Amino acid sequence: MLTILFDGIAYGMLLFILAVGLAVTMGLMNFINLAHGAFAMVGGYITVLLMQRLDVPFLLCLPAAFLGAALLGAVLERTLYRPLYHKPHLDQVLFSIGLTFMAVAAVDYFVGSTQQILQLPEWLKGRTELGEGAWMLGMGHYRLFIIAVCAALTVALQYILTKTRFGSRLRASVDDQRVAAGLGINVNVVFLSTFAVGSGLAGLGGALGADVLGMDPTFPLKFMIYFLIVVAVGGTSSITGPLLAALLLGIADVAGKYYIPKLGAFIVYSLMIVILVWRPQGLFVRKGGKS
Amino acid sequence: MSTPSTPVQSTNHSASQNVLLHKSRWRWWEVLLWAAALSSPWVLSSHALIINEIAIVALFALSLDLILGYTGIVSLGHAAFFGMGAYSAALFAKHVMPDPLVGLAVGITTSAVLGAICSVTIQRGTDLTRLMVTLGVGLILMELANKLDWLTGGADGLQGVMMGPVLGRFEFDLAGQTSAWYSLAVLLVLFVIARRFVSSPFGSTLKAIRDNRLRAMAIGIPVSSRLAVVYTVAAAGAGAAGALLAQTTGFASLDVFEFHRSADVMLVLVIGGVGWLYGGVAGAVVFKLMQDFISNITPQYWTFWIGLFLVVLVLVGRERLVRPWTWFQKGGKA
Repeated sequence: MLTILFDGIAYGMLLFILAVGLAVTMGLMNFINLAHGAFAMVGGYITVLLMQRLDVPFLLCLPAAFLGAALLGAVLERTLYRPLYHKPHLDQVLFSIGLTFMAVAAVDYFVGSTQQILQLPEWLKGRTELGEGAWMLGMGHYRLFIIAVCAALTVALQYILTKTRFGSRLRASVDDQRVAAGLGINVNVVFLSTFAVGSGLAGLGGALGADVLGMDPTFPLKFMIYFLIVVAVGGTSSITGPLLAALLLGIADVAGKYYIPKLGAFIVYSLMIVILVWRPQGLFVRKGGKS
Repeated sequence: MSTPSTPVQSTNHSASQNVLLHKSRWRWWEVLLWAAALSSPWVLSSHALIINEIAIVALFALSLDLILGYTGIVSLGHAAFFGMGAYSAALFAKHVMPDPLVGLAVGITTSAVLGAICSVTIQRGTDLTRLMVTLGVGLILMELANKLDWLTGGADGLQGVMMGPVLGRFEFDLAGQTSAWYSLAVLLVLFVIARRFVSSPFGSTLKAIRDNRLRAMAIGIPVSSRLAVVYTVAAAGAGAAGALLAQTTGFASLDVFEFHRSADVMLVLVIGGVGWLYGGVAGAVVFKLMQDFISNITPQYWTFWIGLFLVVLVLVGRERLVRPWTWFQKGGKA
C-alpha cells in the first residue's frame, strides 16, 4: 500500500513538473495553451535521441531537454503566441490544437510512430525495499530520483516566484499588465522568459517522464488532459495549488489503476468533473483573486 | 391618455416581430441550394459515399454551432454526444429492431438526455473550466465504451449492425445512394428546426447571453435554464449525426468519441463561419473535400496539414480568411 502511495507521489511530482509551465502560461497570460504537451514531447524526444544515437549520458540529457524546449518556446512565443494574447479563447484553442497536430505529425514523420525505449543508467535501475507485509515500501530508484529532482525544482520555483526581483516583476505583470508596464517593467521580456522557462520545464518533465509515461508521437494528445486537470483543479494563482492537485491526481490515478483496473482512467476524469462543478475556479485558489 | 399608447406599442411589437420574421424568411437561393444538395446523390452517384459523410459532418457542425456560435460556449467534448448517438442507434438496431427512423429517434433521445445531464456542468466557471469539463465528459464516455466490452465490443467496435430499409421501402445499397438521401433528408429537417430555433425570440436571448451574460441576466433572461435547453438541443443534434453515421456505415467504434472528432468538428465550423447556420454546412463541404484530397496525397500525415491550416487560420484571423480581398489591408486591432 505504501508502495502505491510512493508511486503515486512520484507520478504526481512528474505531472507537476510537466504542468507547472502550463499553470504559468494559463494563469499569468490567460492563454489557453493546449500545445503544452508538445513541448514536453520535444524534451522527451531530445533525451531519447541523444541517448540512442549519440550515447550522451542521461544526466546531461536532462539540461539539454530543458534548453531545447525552452529555446523552442521562446522562438514560438515571440513569433506566434504573442499576437494571440488578446484574441478570444476560441482562437487560442484552435491555434494550440493546430500546433499540437503539427507536432504529432512531424515527430511521426521524422522519428516514426513506434514507442521509444529509454535506456536508463545502471544506478537508476534498482529498487530498495523497506518493511514487511502490507506495510512494505518498495521504492524504485528512478522514482526516488524523480521525486528528488521535482522537489528541488519546486523549492527553487517557489523561491524565484516569491523572493526574487524577477518573481515580483512577474507577479506585478500578472496582476495588471498596464500598471506594471507603467512602472517600467518590460512586460514583454518578462512574459517571454516566463514562457520559455515554462516550456523548458515541460521539456524536462518530458525527459524525466520518457521512461514512466512512454514516448510516442501521440504523447501531447494523450497527456494533454492530465496537464489541464492539474491546472484547472489546482487553480493558477500559486505554485502550491497545482502541486497539491498534481499529487492528488497522481495518487488517485495510480491507486485507481491498481485497485480497480476495470475502471481505468474513469476515476480521474469523474473526480475532475465533480471538483470543477463544485469549485469552478479550482480547489486551491486565493480569495479575491481575479476571475 | 391610454388610447394612444396602445397603437404605438403594437407597432413596436410588430416591427420587432417583422425583424425576426424577416431573418427567418427563406431566400430563393436557399431553396435552390437544398434542391441541388438533395439531387446530388443522383447526379454524382459515384460520390454518394462522400456526400453522405458531408451531410453527417454538416449536421454535427450545425449542432455545435448552436452552443458555440449562438451561445458562445467553447466545447471540446461535443463528440461525447455524437458517440452516444452512434452507439445507442447501433445497439438499438442490433438488439431491438432494425428500423432506421426509430433508431434515429432513440439516438437523439439518449443524447438529449445525456446533454440535459451534462448541461449542469457548463453553468459555472470560465472558458477553461468549461473546456475541461466538456473534454472530461467525452473522455469518460470513451473510457466507458472501451471498458464495457460485453456491450460495446470494446476496442474492436460494435460490429454486425444490420439496418432495415428506410420507411420500410428504401434498402441501403452498397453505393451509398440511399444513405446519402437519408442523411441529407435528416439534415434538411434538422436544419429547418435549428433555423426556427435560432430565429425565434428564444434564439435572440441566446445571442444576448453570448454577447454579455451579465447584461442578459440583468434584463431578466433566465440564463441557466436557457443554457440548459440549448445544450440539450445541441446534444440531440449531435446524437442524430452520430446515429446517422452508425446506421449508414453499420458500425460504431471508439473512434466516435475521440478527441480528434471534437477538434475536427470545431474546425469544420470555424472554416465555414461561426454563428451562421450555413457555416457548418459550408465548412463540412470544404473540410471533407480537403481531407479527401490531402489524405490521397499523404495518408499518414494529413493531420500536419490540418494543424498548419488551423495555425494560419488563427493568425490571419477567422473573419478575414473568408474574405481574401482583405488579407493585405491593414486590419483593425482585434
